[in-house]
Parts: sequence; C-alpha cells; structure tokens
Amino acid sequence: MNLQTDPSKGDTPDGGQILDTDTDSIVVRFAGDSGDGVQLLGGQFAQATAVDHNSLATFPDFPAEIRAPIGTTYGVSAFQIKFGSRMIKTSGDSPDVLVALNPAALKVNYKDVRVGGLIVLDAGSFTERNLKKAGFEVDPRGDGTLGEYRTLEIDISALTLEATKPFDVTQKEALRGKNMWTLGLIYWMYDRTTAATEKFVAGKFGADSPVAQANIAALKAGHAYGETAEVSGDIQQTRVSDVEFPAGEYRLVTGAEALSWGLVAGCRLAGLDMTFCSYPITPSSPILHILSKLKNFGVTTFQAEDEIAAACSAIGASYAGNMGITASSGPGIALKTEAIGLAISTELPLVIVNTQRAGPSTGLPTKTEQSDLFLTVWGRNGDAPMVVLSAQSPADCFEVGIEAVRLATKYMTPVFLLSDGYIANAAEPWLIPSMSDYEPFPVSFRSETEGFQPFSRDDETLARPWVKPGTPGLTHRIGGIEKADGSGNISYDPENHQRMTDLRTAKIDGIAKDIPKQAVELGNEGGKLVVVGWGSTFGPINRAVANMLDAGLDVAHIHIRNLWPLPQNLIELLGSYEKVLVAEMNNGQMLTFLRSQTRQDIDGHLKVTGQPLTIREVQDAIRARVQN
Amino acid sequence: MNVQVEPAKLKAKDFASDQEVRWCPGCGDYAILKAVQVALANMGAQPDNTVFVSGIGCAARFPYYMATYGFHTIHGRAPAVASGVKIANPDLDVWVVSGDGDSLSIGGNHLLHILRRNVDVQFLLFNNEIYGLTKGQYSPTSGLGQKSPSTPQGSIDAPVDACTFALGCNARFVARGIDIQAKELGHVFTRARDHKGASFVEIIQNCIVFNDDAFAHFTEKSIAKNSQIIVKHGEKLIYGAASDKGIRVKPGAFELEAVTIGENGITEDDILVHDETNRVLAGLLVAMKPPEMPVALGVIYCDPATPYEQAVKAQVEASVAANGVGDLDVLLRKGSTWTVS
Ligand code: SF4
Repeated sequence: MNLQTDPSKGDTPDGGQILDTDTDSIVVRFAGDSGDGVQLLGGQFAQATAVDHNSLATFPDFPAEIRAPIGTTYGVSAFQIKFGSRMIKTSGDSPDVLVALNPAALKVNYKDVRVGGLIVLDAGSFTERNLKKAGFEVDPRGDGTLGEYRTLEIDISALTLEATKPFDVTQKEALRGKNMWTLGLIYWMYDRTTAATEKFVAGKFGADSPVAQANIAALKAGHAYGETAEVSGDIQQTRVSDVEFPAGEYRLVTGAEALSWGLVAGCRLAGLDMTFCSYPITPSSPILHILSKLKNFGVTTFQAEDEIAAACSAIGASYAGNMGITASSGPGIALKTEAIGLAISTELPLVIVNTQRAGPSTGLPTKTEQSDLFLTVWGRNGDAPMVVLSAQSPADCFEVGIEAVRLATKYMTPVFLLSDGYIANAAEPWLIPSMSDYEPFPVSFRSETEGFQPFSRDDETLARPWVKPGTPGLTHRIGGIEKADGSGNISYDPENHQRMTDLRTAKIDGIAKDIPKQAVELGNEGGKLVVVGWGSTFGPINRAVANMLDAGLDVAHIHIRNLWPLPQNLIELLGSYEKVLVAEMNNGQMLTFLRSQTRQDIDGHLKVTGQPLTIREVQDAIRARVQN
Repeated sequence: MNVQVEPAKLKAKDFASDQEVRWCPGCGDYAILKAVQVALANMGAQPDNTVFVSGIGCAARFPYYMATYGFHTIHGRAPAVASGVKIANPDLDVWVVSGDGDSLSIGGNHLLHILRRNVDVQFLLFNNEIYGLTKGQYSPTSGLGQKSPSTPQGSIDAPVDACTFALGCNARFVARGIDIQAKELGHVFTRARDHKGASFVEIIQNCIVFNDDAFAHFTEKSIAKNSQIIVKHGEKLIYGAASDKGIRVKPGAFELEAVTIGENGITEDDILVHDETNRVLAGLLVAMKPPEMPVALGVIYCDPATPYEQAVKAQVEASVAANGVGDLDVLLRKGSTWTVS
C-alpha cells in the first residue's frame, strides 16, 4: 500500500519516451521568500509529477515566523521534491536543481546543491538592498561563490511583469505570479504540461478574474521561455521515465491527511464515533483542520482551551463511549502527561498523536526530530506502561491510525502514535486502499448487569469492561486513586497496589502477542551489521542499506514500528548481528532504550539538525563499520 | 440514545453508594451530599443517567458517595473531562463537583471555558477558603492576612470571588448557597438542573478542621438573618430578622446600599426588585460583603442561551444533512487521483 515501504523495483525504465536525457531520479528544491508562494509551487509540481507516473517524495521546509521580514534569510521557505523512475524513499539528499527566487533563498540553500548541480536565479531580485538583507557582502554571482555549480540567471521578476501586463492587476499582484512563471519553466524542464495547474488557478481565483488570467499567462510564459532558452542552449529538457507502479488508483497524500483518515477509518472499524479534542500547535494542527471538516463521518472536533483540557476532554469522551483522540507536538504532549496517567489508571481507551518536532521546550517548531521516544515510553509519574506506535512515512500513517484505535479499544489503554514534522507535511503517492480490505474490530460495550465489576478483566486481553454511562444497572465510580482489583473501589491496601501495578504491566506486555513479529526489511537475518531505525527515518535508512547491499556489504535494515511493547523477537533478532547501529534524529534515545533491553553492544548515528537523515550520511555510517 | 428505565420514584438513599463517607466528622460536605441526594430524588433524576465528575480535593471525593456514574479525575481538570462526556453524550445529566483550590487555582482556566462555552452541566463549587486535603494551606479565596502553614505571617494574595469570576466568564446561571441551608440548597440545585447550559453554584462550606468558622460573620445563627439575603426573581430584595431591611440603588451613585425600611423616609417602594436576567445587577449582588451588605444567596443570575453541546450536535447534523453520512472510500478518492493499469 505504501510505496515507500515496497522493495525497490530497480532502475529499469519502462520504455517511456526519452527526450534528451534519461535519469532515474532528480531532486529539485524551490526556495524563496515566505510570501513567494513556494509551497504552492511545490505542491503543484508534486501533483503533476505524480500524475505523470513518477514516484516521488516531498519535503516542505518553512520558517517558524508567519510573515518574517521580506528578503531575510529567516523568512526563506523551501520545498524539495525528489522524483524518479524508481521507487523514491526520501525527499533526497542534495538538490540537483535549486530554484532561488531571491538572494536570501540562495544564501540559505546553495551549499546543499550537489557539485555540478544547476542553480536557477531570479536575477531581478538581486538588488543591492536584497543582497544586503540576505547578508551577502558582495554579489555571489560574480565572486566565485557559486563556482562549483552551473547557474542560470533569469530576470523572472521582469519576465513575469511583462507576461502579466495585458491584465488588469496591480504591480504587486503581477509580481506574485513569479511562482507561476517559475513553475512553467520547471514544467517545461521535466516535460510536463501546464493544463492541470491552469485549471487549479482558474478554480482558485475564478476563471474570469484578472488575477487568474495573469497567473496563467505567467505560467505559460515560463513554459515558453524554456523552449526558447533551449534553443540557445542554456538549459535542457529532461524526461524522467515512468515508474512501474502496482496497478490501482493513486493519490498524493500527506502524513497529516493519512493520519486523520486512518483514525476515522479505525473508528469506523471499531463501530465508534470519534471525539477529537486538540489545541492548536505546530506541526500538529492540520489534523484538527482536516477532521473538523469530517463531521458527517461521525467525527466531533473540539478545540480545547489548552493541551491539558484537550487530553482530559478526550478522556471524558472515551468514558462516555466515544473514541476520544487528542493530538499535539512535544511541548503540548508534556502538558498532557498527567491526563494520560489518568487514562492508564482508569484503563480507558485514548489515542494521543504526537507530531514530533525539534525540542527541548519550544525548540524548532517547524523542524523535524524524533526526540520524544523517552517522553512517550517512559515519561509519566508512577509505573505507567502504555502502547507506543510510530509511523514510517506519510501513507503509513493511515495504517498506524487504524492500529492505534484497534489496540486502544481492544486493551482499554491509551496509545501513543508518533509521527513527526517531516511525515506530517511531506507527500507521497499512495495506492488508495479499499475499506473492505480491512477486518472490522467492533467494540462491545458491557450491558450485562449480572456479576458486573468495573475492574474485572478479560482472560485473554486483561482488558476491563467498557461501560457507557447511561447503561441501566451498571452505575459505578472510577478515578485516579488506586482501585481494588475487581470492584474498583478506592483501595490503599499495599498488596492490592502491587497486584494492580503488575496487572497493568501484564496487560500492556501481553500486547506483544498481538502485534507483528519484528521483520528484517532488507538484508539477511544475522550478519555483520544491522541498521536499526524507527519512524520517519525509514526512507533514508532503507535506501542507504539497499545501496550498500548492492555494493556488496553485509548489512541489514530493521525498522521498529511498535515501540512499546517491543516485538517479542526483537532482542533475539538483534543478537544475530555482530554490530547494531541505531540511526535516529535525536541524541540517542532509541540507542539508550535498546541498551536498556539488551547487553549487546549498540552504537548510534545521531543527528539533530532539524533536517531528515540523508542517504549519504547513513551510507557513510555503514561504511565506517563494515567493509567488503 | 440511552435506554431509560421506567422512571420509578426514588428516595434520597437510592442515590447513596455503599461506600463509607470519609470526610472529617462535622465537615460541611456531609450536608451538601445529603442535599444533593434529596434534590435528585425530588427531581425524579435517574442514577443510570447521572454522572458526577470531580477533580482533586476533599469535595472531589463526592462521586464515590453517589450511587450514580462517577469519575474522580485529576486536579482542576474536572470541567474538561465533563465537557468531553457531555459532547460525546449530550443526553447524560452531568454534575461537576469541585472546590476553591481545584476550580479557582489549578483549574481556573477550565472553569472559565466550561462557563463561557455554556456546556450543560451543574457546576458545584464547594468554597471553604482553604486547602483541606493537603492540610490547611491558604486558597485563592482565602482573605488577606489568612494564617496557614504556608502563610505563617498571613496571606498577601488578594482573594478571588467565585461568583464574580463566574459572571466574568459569561456564565448564564450563577447561584450561591450555604452548606447548612438544606432547603435553599435543594431549590438552587433544582433550578441549576432545570437550566439548560452551564449552571454555576457556589456553596459556602465550612471546613471544621482547617478553617472553622471562616464564614461565621454571616452564618452565625444570631446574625444570619441580618447578614444574608435570599434573592428571588420578581421579588423585592428585602431581608432581615424583621424583614425590614432592603437593597436599593444608592441615590446619585452607581452602587447598591442596604437600607432599613421605615428609617430616613425609606419605604418599600425604594427597594429594588430582583431581576435574575439582569447581568449588571447580578454583578453588584454577588459582590455584596458583610458587614455593610448582606451576602446574596439563591439564584442570582439566570439568562439561558444555547448549550454548547447542542450547538456541536447541530453542526454534526447539518454536515450529515448537507453531505450525507460520509463514505470513506469516496473521501480517500476525492480530489486528484490517477490510475495505473
Ligand atoms: S479537611 Fe475540611 S473540608 Fe476536608 S473533609 Fe475535613 S473538614 Fe471537610
């Protein structure tokens, strides 16, 4: 279902029409001021690329400030896309092409471009003032700064103004068409047509509006420019061949979309209405936005007064018999901690989505990281075990969303679902599943009064009964004070506390029997080195390991999806390798975590730059540990 | 939504759980518990459809003593949990029981929001002006100078007035009662339950162990009648042992004053008539403090508006009416898709 998780189909082009060059993957980064419409430009290009049967992955990277001062480096917004004729697993390490719409965008991004890569500049924006704002002492176009790259200077601003002249738009509106002009040029470069975007623009502004006409004119002008420029030999058109996707209907999906829909699907399969309670926070808010439009799917959304209230109202909803769900990011999750403990103690189902971002404290709100592993697995007062799951890619969020609801309702437990800023915003092609492919897991509420005890347990799952208030004859009280085994009455009995603690632990540990065994994604079971990852690092690790296997190294990839409880066979499996390398975007949390579970020697490739892992750095880390 | 059993007429004891009540002997909470049980029985409430939600504190043990559904949650967060309960199932009769520390200190934010959203719950705030469960520290309603283990030299925090706070949060129902006045409390509870939307009830509660007689200056039997006024909608604001005292607008000022009928040429005509829908009057009434003014009790403000959970339900229904019951297979294919054959 999730193309990023499929094994590589190899690089064989399927014989699609080849123009000048054929290449198996290309990385393009668009960068400009946050007001330049870079994200829209990137989104349109991704859509066109997907429709043209290329595999792709995207990485939007925007500043924390909503409207940072124009022309500054901290106001730079970027959108990277990797697309190709083989299965794409990451948004790419180094751009082959950088489009910089102003000097600040160049300043922030040019060093990432691969040596020999192409940098397209809007020459019109390289004024003295803009250069100064970007922090360039001298114009980088003339002093050798860009010596390692090919540069193509186009006065995009002037050409956009020229193209939009016939329309009744202000100069400011006209200049906003820069992104469309650029998109037109890039469409030409990769042999894509402008029709879908024309339709999109007409739909957005109204077909007859001068703004729409100006934008479409800019788009076409950019496309036409490519053709003319090619004649003069400045740039070439490149055709990326189609990927052989499995048959079916596809769409682009972001992690936030897939996660929201997965949670809705999970509730449908459980036969429950959803009460989604959340407080706005970057980068988790899109889930609230998406779900608030799905009220006809049995979804109620509640924007609570704070993170604590969001968790508590979700717990209240679960208590009342709905599926209570809350979502947030690091600092917000920290605030929910006490409430999560209440859900553990009262054994109520709850799903908590953590769209992780760089921390500590406010950290880097728009940058990705996976540094809440400790917080979610261990970060509560008391002995408070609960389920922790992680998603590995945007499309995978759909599956994990369903699994979170399944485990929460079956075991009467809160479940953490870890996503991150990268997964939430990134998009990838998705083979759309059919709901009939999923086995329903309907919840049965207790209504039988005979022998009812609020804290009696199912023999197999150890779950307590779920009773909806309003059910005749089953009135009872629950709370965060320790409860007597069975009756649930307040109990300060020492032995009872030991027993209840053990029961809560055993219930969660037992879930290990109900989750898939740990698999080896790539490579053999046993060998010299295994690279272990979790969450959104799946893509770069998987590709790096694939490349190193191709290069003849004895290496394997293990991806841990169930962070707690761990798959039963994981520790034994790790023991079959001479070396274990954990690659993760934090300062060693999975590393420490695994070391706590085994005496095996494990080391790590750790990175906290707010940027995803690159394939190259993982390859280097592998090479440093195993030779041919 | 709920299967209703044939509403049999229940007695107060039918609302008492089998759990031993563990408040300190002589605590005002006992009387409140009894008053709630009596009121529920009188109103024909059904235990199966009733939920008591509480936070942390002495008062928060309340749900354990009720033979209804009950949820003892965490400190200050009962309003948030109750909001979730009510949103998920608007048919439930939800009561929140809380104290001054729980609701006006750690949970002040949630009290604000449940009131201004107007979630249909009865919110009972037991105000004893002290932290009982943690052994006697001063609370946000304790007066200036209050000595306690954490304020050996006396409190220097200006206190908050619960009802004034509630009105400031746009509560649509504000009432006040005293633990020992069972009959009046019962009346207030009935009105609170009948009111659709958030009903805020402050209950003056004596903590015999850590703050005994904190309210004696207006509850002491000998002075009670002259220090309290039970307000009734449409009736003159008259009080006093001899029913000769009243509240009027002070001439030439925007404030209330207590006057004696028959003195200084004051007649009954000078006395204000209580209008429970008048928010400005309510603000003035709740702020009255002895000895100059009597403490206002009863239903001080009641002006209903659409309850929050009804508005939530209406939006869900409107969405279903406009779009039909959602089909996930359709949703997942909405927008731009492409087919690979
Ligand atoms: S400490 Fe005070 S409020 Fe608490 S139970 Fe005892 S008397 Fe009542």
